[in-house]
Amino acid sequence: MEPVIELAQLTKKYGDFTAVNKLDLSIRPGEIFGLLGPNGAGKTTTILMMLGLTEPDSGTATVCGVDATRNPIQVKRRVGYMPDDVGFYEDRSGLDNLIYTARLNLIPEKEARERALELLKRVGLEAAAHKKVGAYSRGMRQRLGLADVLIKKPEVIILDEPTLGIDPEGVRELLVLIRDLSRNEGLTVLLSSHHLHQVQQICDRVGIFVRGQLIAVGDLDELTRQLETKANYKVEMDLAGWSPELEEALKRIDTVMEVGLTESDALTGGAAPANASAAGGKYVTVRVISGSDVTPQLASTVVGHGASLYGLRPVRYGLDDIYHRYFEGGESRERVD
Amino acid sequence: MSAWIEKLRTSWTGLLRSRSDGRSPAKAETQSGSRTLSPFWVMVQKEFGDHIRSWRFIILLSIVTLACIGSIYAAVTALKNGTNSANNSNNSSIGETFLFLRMFTESDGSLPNFLTFLSFLAPLIGIALGFDAVNSERNKGTLSRLMSQPIYRDDFLVAKFVAGLLLIAVVIFSLGFLVMGMGLFTIGFPPTPEEFWRVFVALVITTIYVGMWLNLSIFFSVRFRQSATSALSGIAVWIFFLVFYGMIVNLIGNLTLPGDLTDSKAYIDQQNNLLLLSRLSPAYLFQEAASTLLLPDVRTLNPFITQDQAYLAVNAPLSFGQSLLLIWPQVTAIVAETALVFAASYVTFMRQEIRSRS
Repeated sequence: MEPVIELAQLTKKYGDFTAVNKLDLSIRPGEIFGLLGPNGAGKTTTILMMLGLTEPDSGTATVCGVDATRNPIQVKRRVGYMPDDVGFYEDRSGLDNLIYTARLNLIPEKEARERALELLKRVGLEAAAHKKVGAYSRGMRQRLGLADVLIKKPEVIILDEPTLGIDPEGVRELLVLIRDLSRNEGLTVLLSSHHLHQVQQICDRVGIFVRGQLIAVGDLDELTRQLETKANYKVEMDLAGWSPELEEALKRIDTVMEVGLTESDALTGGAAPANASAAGGKYVTVRVISGSDVTPQLASTVVGHGASLYGLRPVRYGLDDIYHRYFEGGESRERVD
Repeated sequence: MSAWIEKLRTSWTGLLRSRSDGRSPAKAETQSGSRTLSPFWVMVQKEFGDHIRSWRFIILLSIVTLACIGSIYAAVTALKNGTNSANNSNNSSIGETFLFLRMFTESDGSLPNFLTFLSFLAPLIGIALGFDAVNSERNKGTLSRLMSQPIYRDDFLVAKFVAGLLLIAVVIFSLGFLVMGMGLFTIGFPPTPEEFWRVFVALVITTIYVGMWLNLSIFFSVRFRQSATSALSGIAVWIFFLVFYGMIVNLIGNLTLPGDLTDSKAYIDQQNNLLLLSRLSPAYLFQEAASTLLLPDVRTLNPFITQDQAYLAVNAPLSFGQSLLLIWPQVTAIVAETALVFAASYVTFMRQEIRSRS
């Protein structure tokens, strides 16, 4: 199948800073592709080049078989783009905003109005259709943004950070909507995000994008497998009666590389905060990283030292870990403008 | 005017599109029905509507209307107080023959006349309509959404300008005709066709002049991200030309005064250079153009006429055609300045990268 979006050796530089570095990517029709990366990785720049809004320094971006740099208008007819932090004319109603977009796409006014109403209903904004956008909540704007993208009947929709700043329920609804669109109408969806779980939920394939380079592409299984070949085992234990002797004993177990206290919410990754035990609670959480599966030995060592074991769980690789792994040490850069 | 723009527009975009786009928009339009406007006119329509609904426009309109009513009042009082004073100073029959035009230039001294008001306030209309044209869209995040629609980037900028210019034309002409109508009503003296055309052309020139300021403020709105900065820059330029430019030219004049005042050639050269310098200012050009049109007895814009010339010249007002001929360079210069500023904003805008709210 002919790819809908094909990027070849795409490069964009801002002065000395390379925002996008020799990017190759192809997206197949009908799939939902997640472009995953930290802030300032070059996601938005890449998207702008796909739409011909920014000229690449070298390489080509082909969308729907059209060179986006040479013929941006043709690309923009067929691609719907929702920028991050999408803006509307605040003193106009949601309906008016949609009709305006439709008319810019040469849709006659009558048809535009019908389509706009239909889409507003679909994204659940029919009650607010005649309200001024200034009074919309963040989630409503985002849904209006989706309607705005769809009104031109695009073949491809590109959503830049579509879930930014909306509440979890709103995110869920939006994602369900996006997936329905892709499944039922065969739309190709490219969405960029740094929210892993959301991407995980609906994307067919994911590309991990760091500092202008695509460092891994594939579905979740593929990415996990890529990691696991060189991976090690991670076990978390909740236990009471933590002591330095126990720590020494755990470290003496064969293939154990690292033992450390951690917060049970796993926000901090590998680094152990010193005050974890002082923070109170009945037990502390210990994270053990080892080269082989040593879970039974861990359990017996803990019990042998007279500590009580409340929980023991192996840590599996999710997109979180993949993300963390790839982005480790890479400080997020400010966006360049 | 608008018809002329439209004509120019369609031929121009037609040219652009046939060059850079396989699918011709004309075809698309006819397919989807004759009522489908091109995106350009859709944008113009929207901008025009936005302007009219905005508070800023209502405030401006009321200021300008008040100023006009004030100036009519002053003019009518002056005319009622007798035309003989004017006759004395003019030493001609112009007072009677162009009574109607004097509605626009006469004042009893309590308030400036219509022309002065207009030349003072008109730039403000232009600046007010354009100073946040581009940067507010950028800050609201609508610019990137708009740019992802199948429209040309230059269409966006031109639409902003055309919508502003149309609105300015409407305002200037309605004010001009309002003054004419009220004058007709109060003095009961109908204008001759020549007087009508003189006023009409003066209004056209005013529109072009305001268009220049509109363009300047659009340029600032492209250049500066903050609308406050761009508004201030526009006002700064306006005040510079209104107040300081004349002073600077005078200063230069004093500095470059030839030592030997009997050397008439050097003196005339210096004065001509100063005049050229003054004429760089759009405000000065407009002043010259409008006053020549509204005061038919202005026979030359050159301050130097020899005694022979002054003595031998027929003491009569210029015909309309001759007045027009006299100010033709001024009008051309204003149009040229408008075009220059537009080119600047065009180049700046086309080079800018459009991201959301950055």
